[in-house]
Amino acid sequence: MNVNSNIEKPIFIQIAEQLEDKIFTGVFPEETQVPSTNEISALLSVNPHTVLKGMNILVDEEIIYKKRGLGMFVAEGAVEKIRRKRQSRFYEQYIAALLEEATKLQMSKEDVISLIERGYRNGSHSD
Amino acid sequence: MEAIQIKGVTKRYKDVLALDNVSLTFEFGKIYGFLGRNGAGKSTLINIIANRVFADGGEVLIDGIPANENMAVHDKIFCMSEADLYDRDLKVIEHYKWTKRFYSDFDMNKALALSEKYDLDVNKRFRALSKGYQSIFKLIIALSLTVPYVIFDEPVLGLDANHRELFYSLLLKEFEEGERTFIIATHLIEELSNIIEEVVLIDKGKVVLQESVENLLEKGYSISGSAAEVENYCAGRNVIGIEELGGLKIAYIMGEKTALPKDSSLQISAMNLQKLFVKITEKGGEENE
Repeated sequence: MNVNSNIEKPIFIQIAEQLEDKIFTGVFPEETQVPSTNEISALLSVNPHTVLKGMNILVDEEIIYKKRGLGMFVAEGAVEKIRRKRQSRFYEQYIAALLEEATKLQMSKEDVISLIERGYRNGSHSD
Repeated sequence: MEAIQIKGVTKRYKDVLALDNVSLTFEFGKIYGFLGRNGAGKSTLINIIANRVFADGGEVLIDGIPANENMAVHDKIFCMSEADLYDRDLKVIEHYKWTKRFYSDFDMNKALALSEKYDLDVNKRFRALSKGYQSIFKLIIALSLTVPYVIFDEPVLGLDANHRELFYSLLLKEFEEGERTFIIATHLIEELSNIIEEVVLIDKGKVVLQESVENLLEKGYSISGSAAEVENYCAGRNVIGIEELGGLKIAYIMGEKTALPKDSSLQISAMNLQKLFVKITEKGGEENE
């Protein structure tokens, strides 16, 4: 994990996103403990209040939860929850940006579609 | 009220007005960055809070108690100053013992443990320490005192990168372990920007800004593009600085971001705390909301 204060995204959101990504990729499996505010604060040299604010985003989304006296744990079903959230954002986050750039470059709809198809052919990208 | 309250403090040195009717509050439980250019009045204010210099007017209250020559605030506040006020012939360990006599809250075990962590030889005399280790020595004293308010005046002066990192992580650890207030005056703004919660910016003896880092970073941004387009965008906004590179113009702005007009060639970028600081103090510290 690391934070970058030169980009526009607030630090607490960067922390929430990275933690979320670690949960999604299985670094912190469901029903296991995630690092404490102190640990993350010390690791990243970030004010603990900022870290807590980031973690609270994930608490609100029910991706992590607090076990009294023990710390924060990954909720059951968190991975699926994150997957659905990301799928629902896929259009605005990727497709909209892709089309905007394609329009700027005066690429046709067919050009774009054929490039996407090429991507599927070339890689490990399966349907 | 749990806070350091500074009310209308004024200080004049001969014909220099060092502090001009300064009022501000440092709340309990936060880490503050206390910023200002050289000669802005930072050290003067710190010395007034710490009772080393007397104000010409106004007052300082610590948890509601007037601080001026009052022993009752002695257990509440400690100030690590930039100037060396320590007897140069005394050994480090002897300094620790004296500190223990003056401050019942001084944790000797912690001081010794920190000395080991920083590789500070406690049997050396103060004069034999390098500049960096003199800073480390002063830091250890400050971190070993469990008073609610600790002020650091240029704490990392002369420290190498490793020791600065060590200091920041210790500071955060201390903050986690026991809630208190740290006020850090420094010129190394970027290193501190993720650690501090709130910024107090002083310029020419006046407080020009007090705001949470998060808000500041959200409000400050830069916009770049062709000169005409940038000028157009800037109309009616609080522009705190401008840079030009041939036909390219970059404007630094404080205020709410609004969406760019469609198919505009302008580009919005984030502004870091240091840039913001430089731009605000360059302009002469004018702030309009």
